[in-house]
Amino acid sequence: MSERHPVLTMTAISKIFPGVRALDGVDLRLFPGEVHALMGENGAGKSTLIKVLTGVYGTDSGTITLDGAEVSFSGPMQATAAGVSTVYQEVNLLPNLSVAENIYIGREPRRLGAVNWREMRRRAKDLLARIDLHIDVTELLGNYSLAVQQMVAIARAVDIRARVLILDEPTSSLDADEVAQLMRIMRQLRDDGIAIIFVTHFLDQVYAIADRITVLRNGRLVGEYLTSELPQIALVEKMIGKELDALERLDEATSGEDRAALESGTPLVAADGLGKSGSVAPFSLTIHQGEVVGLAGLLGSGRTEVARLFFGADRADTGRLAVDGTPVTIRNPVAAIDRDIAFCSENRRTEGLVGELSVRENIILAMQAARGWLRPLPRRRQDELVRHWITALSIRPADPEMPVRNLSGGNQQKVLLARWLITEPRLLILDEPTRGIDIGAKTEIQRLVAQLSDGGMAVLFISAELEEVLRLSHKVAVMRDRQLVTELTNDDTLDAARVMQVIASGSSQEGSVPA
Amino acid sequence: MTTTPLAARPGRAWWRVPPRHVPVLATAALLLVMYSIGVSQYRAFSNIQVVFNVFIDNGFLLVVAVGMTFVILTGGIDLSVGSVVAMTAMVSASLLGNGLHPAVVLVIALLIGPVLGFAMGCVIHFFDIQPFIVTLAGMFFARGVCTWISTTSIPITDGFWTSTAQHRIHLGENFVSVGALIAVAVVAVAAAVLAYTRLGRNVYAIGGNQQSALLMGLPVGRTKIAVYTISGLCSAIGGILLSFYTLSGAPLIAVGMELDVIAAVVIGGTLLTGGSGYIFGTLLGVLVLSIIQTLITFDGTLNSWWTKIVIGGLLFVFILLQRLVGIRTK
Repeated sequence: MSERHPVLTMTAISKIFPGVRALDGVDLRLFPGEVHALMGENGAGKSTLIKVLTGVYGTDSGTITLDGAEVSFSGPMQATAAGVSTVYQEVNLLPNLSVAENIYIGREPRRLGAVNWREMRRRAKDLLARIDLHIDVTELLGNYSLAVQQMVAIARAVDIRARVLILDEPTSSLDADEVAQLMRIMRQLRDDGIAIIFVTHFLDQVYAIADRITVLRNGRLVGEYLTSELPQIALVEKMIGKELDALERLDEATSGEDRAALESGTPLVAADGLGKSGSVAPFSLTIHQGEVVGLAGLLGSGRTEVARLFFGADRADTGRLAVDGTPVTIRNPVAAIDRDIAFCSENRRTEGLVGELSVRENIILAMQAARGWLRPLPRRRQDELVRHWITALSIRPADPEMPVRNLSGGNQQKVLLARWLITEPRLLILDEPTRGIDIGAKTEIQRLVAQLSDGGMAVLFISAELEEVLRLSHKVAVMRDRQLVTELTNDDTLDAARVMQVIASGSSQEGSVPA
Repeated sequence: MTTTPLAARPGRAWWRVPPRHVPVLATAALLLVMYSIGVSQYRAFSNIQVVFNVFIDNGFLLVVAVGMTFVILTGGIDLSVGSVVAMTAMVSASLLGNGLHPAVVLVIALLIGPVLGFAMGCVIHFFDIQPFIVTLAGMFFARGVCTWISTTSIPITDGFWTSTAQHRIHLGENFVSVGALIAVAVVAVAAAVLAYTRLGRNVYAIGGNQQSALLMGLPVGRTKIAVYTISGLCSAIGGILLSFYTLSGAPLIAVGMELDVIAAVVIGGTLLTGGSGYIFGTLLGVLVLSIIQTLITFDGTLNSWWTKIVIGGLLFVFILLQRLVGIRTK
């Protein structure tokens, strides 16, 4: 298949932003009828490359050819017209219009100058049937799930005779069934001869569908590989460019801990029969100083709800909470912050960071709030603190005045962490801190959690990834159907299979594994 | 037909109306209730002429509300409409007073509104300024022009104007005015434009998500300029209808009318954030406002300010209703 001519080539593309070389001589070849994965850490230049391709940004040097002719698009509209369509993670369609209209708006079939609704509905139905999507095309798009919306976006792109389809992190918010259906559509389009650029963080999905992989790192091309010839571990190495044994070293740091020493003395926080009806069943859980407690369970099993009770974001209606052995009532987050409890929410974009404000302003936000607005933090002290944490967490780019929205997901997460760490909490609650960020940043955040706990901070660590929970935690509390089923001490015998068994069966007894 | 779990249609039983139709149906129900109250309380209310009078008395409001519907559907607002109505009436009265031929006056009067609307649309689009502030400037400008033309009311004595104004088109025992017919025609044309033309569909698209509309290759700028031009044209037609109705041009007429119009559009079920609403809803909204006025006139003991109090209350209720429907669908 490499004998065929590529439909799209990008050669020696460079793009410089003030102070940053975002792309440095990057090449990309794309053949008709292939799924080509574009891989790299956050900040590697994937998004920039896509934006250069679709004309959102101009290039500083390099050429793009489509079907052998050099092109330079003025924007996504022109790119779409030329056959290069992009479907983004946050679907760029119109939720207030019908499915049919979303596919055909701007190109409506008309009769005597009037929009022919019947014909439009018929065509939309046929088109969606081709990708095996049988839905009511007269229903508003916004009433369907994100997955269906994405498929409609793909249908629209395909119908505009796209030859190159760019899928930018399409699977990030989909569940397993939806991902499977999306992949089926991708295979079908590939077989029809469409070239697909697939940007994702999920290695399994890359290996399930991609024919070829291009890896970027720090704005440079690492290489182009056939998926079948690149083992997964090699891909990860190429993406992060540093030795993977950083993760291994982490293990030693935590498992060497002396459990007995940890559990002596009064627990830092102790929940006794704490619960909230309709949210999470009463549970008891203690967290000691310097201890990392992992909270495992499926999505919707009540993990976040437990965290919200500890932080006072929800009010418990039963049970007691004690801090340092003293019973307390935590009515709201302010009360929790007063008791040195910090909570990094899982929705960093909507519940945490203020995108318009700079890294510095975001970091000092919580500390300033704790001091009260009448006592502003001196600017010099701010700069000092912010510089310290930017270095400590290696936030990139290391520019305190950069608006947070310009940072990649992993770096935004680090800014959010820095905001809470600066207040020196004694209990840090982390809800899915590594979701949607690349492996490099993930490792850094994991290492940081281990360091903090060595330094005596208690951490409640929530993650959907069992491996991660096991790697970091001293003890794992397992949630199932909004109940805390059991606590497992993370000794050498505990492994992911065991935890999964508990999640599946809901019992801590060994043996009975339902089929 | 194989249906995957994904393809499952959002759950809805056949008797449940789609949420997007709830506001319009609520307005229709309200209208029905108010009309029934009128009929049961006052014998004269059941005369069909009462309904025709609503169109005769409020035809100009209806036409202006149609233009406003286009603007609000894109997520914008046009505060200049009241002043443009007054300006159109003033210019007509003044030019007719100077002895210009009525046909020429009609053409000039119908051009002023769209030209101002087009200019405001261009400023809103090219300089990316909020419609609120641009049309506020337009409002002051047009009102200023009114008083610049004359600080007092100018009567219209032109033969064409007076005969058109007084012409009654008989429908059985009852009658409507030319103005009322024009208003109904504008409603019909506007409804067709919104439902069956690309311009109309683009209006909804912009109101849904302007950024997406842009990425989908829709002519966002052209459409935005068009809706303010349409609103200007509707205001101009409204101004002519008002000059038929009052047979004069007065510098301080239709002050605050833009707010009545916005109220009518919102009560008619159009979302202020844009993207959802119908001309038919706006028609119902205007009828609700008119019926309130009529009811209070029939009562005779109530101060006319009660109209405003009722409209205020209704607005609150409808905005809350829209919010609730919005939350439901999410």
